[in-house]
Amino acid sequence: MPEAFLDVDMLDAFYGDFQALFGVSMRVEAGAIVAVIGANGAGKSTLLKSIAGLMAARPEAIRFGGVAIGGGPAYRTTARGIALVPEGRRLFSSLSVEENLLIGGQLGRPGPWTLARVYELFPMLAERRALPSTALSGGQQQMAAIGRALMSNPKLILCDEISLGLAPIVVRDIYARLPSIMNEGVAVVIVEQDIVQALTASNHVYCLQEGRVALAGAAGALTREAISAAYFGV
Amino acid sequence: MTEWINVIVQGVLIGGLYAMFAAGLSLIFGIMRLVNIAHGDLIVLAAYIALVTATTLGLNPIVALVIVVPVMAALGYVLQRFLLNRTLGDDLLSPLLVTFGLSVIIQNGLLELFTADSRRLQAGAIEVATIPVIQGISIGMLPLLQFTLAVVVIAGMQFVFYRTALGRAFRATSDDPAVAQLMGLDNRHVFALGMALSLAIVAIAGVLLAVRTNFDPAIGPARLIFGFEAVIIGGLGSLWGTLCGGILLGVAQGIGAHIDPGWQMLAGHLAFLLVLAVRPEGLFPKIH
Repeated sequence: MPEAFLDVDMLDAFYGDFQALFGVSMRVEAGAIVAVIGANGAGKSTLLKSIAGLMAARPEAIRFGGVAIGGGPAYRTTARGIALVPEGRRLFSSLSVEENLLIGGQLGRPGPWTLARVYELFPMLAERRALPSTALSGGQQQMAAIGRALMSNPKLILCDEISLGLAPIVVRDIYARLPSIMNEGVAVVIVEQDIVQALTASNHVYCLQEGRVALAGAAGALTREAISAAYFGV
Repeated sequence: MTEWINVIVQGVLIGGLYAMFAAGLSLIFGIMRLVNIAHGDLIVLAAYIALVTATTLGLNPIVALVIVVPVMAALGYVLQRFLLNRTLGDDLLSPLLVTFGLSVIIQNGLLELFTADSRRLQAGAIEVATIPVIQGISIGMLPLLQFTLAVVVIAGMQFVFYRTALGRAFRATSDDPAVAQLMGLDNRHVFALGMALSLAIVAIAGVLLAVRTNFDPAIGPARLIFGFEAVIIGGLGSLWGTLCGGILLGVAQGIGAHIDPGWQMLAGHLAFLLVLAVRPEGLFPKIH
């Protein structure tokens, strides 16, 4: 098989003595949207954190654009073009909305995303640019977190639970903007609890169960039964 | 009456120096939750570096700042990058112990090199120059210069912290070090830059201290206490608050010394304890 854009190969991850991932393999092609689904504690966030370089890993376990990047450090992974939208947004609380976006772009990676483009994508943020990031609603914070990730002009963007704690209408609004992100040739990996949302938004799905890949396939080809079996392990 | 006004004016002016002791201390605590016990001794170290520079090169100590500031900043970067970064983590105790050890090493190292003799930096004519304000009150050029420098340093820090990319990196790393890495920031480098900035301020404070008063290798810890008190009085996280804290401390010490020379330190500590009892969060706490 030719090497994919992002190639995760037999990745293990640990929190101290606790093993969170067991030999997880995943491929993401350039420009694809891949969804990672699974129950709480299945290892979805750990997988994204590993790709972003926040977890210790064998260098060869994660290859991006042909380069072994497993184990980080995270600041170098970002410089290579991988951006993570972390679970729970995690905006910088002592920075204003605009400063949060600016710091996302502080590496100065060349690309289509600028402050103006992000404000065009999320006009709500432009109106609130001078406010502290804590003054935003949950949905606006999520937009700011996505905008902050885009500012680094990534080739691959990892979105961890972007619908968590948001009203359905806000979630739809955010997902409706995914195509305009994709248009720039960015690959996206989304982690979702909401399976329907994940299946409609993505081309390819991986289902994790207790740290292992329980099911993988094209989003359209997976049956509901197969997914629930892989999800719940029944 | 003019006597008291004089006491207060002099107190305010020395308060600027205390604020500079405090500014570097609160800067690194703010960025990396590091309590630097060696801060006072680093001030004294800067004074000795200035002494050596001034005597070997025949420079005025104020001019020697051009050399002392970058030397101390470089020392700060190396110290943080190769020693103190290794002590940072969930435990506040390890950096505390390591900087305590550093304090002992600096004090004894200076004692070996320079003996326990009191030294003084000679700044020339500026030391005795005064500006008469009204009958009975005159302001010394040197204290005025010190105070002005303190205000400039605090204003400069405020600018760096809130208006520059470096300050943004400092604040982001302080908020959430893990996510800051995702922005492409290398925490170890950001922390080292923070310590470099802190010791650059220490360098200015050290030189000003040494021009103003006698120093020997053992006076560091008392400067550390003044710094701590100014930070706490002003409120953690507020730079202008730190300046006010330094001024309050200076005025309290001046009033104490005027009543009885033995009460100088005591009055400062009492003012500190009073603020701590009445407003434990300090006079100008950071509003979130």
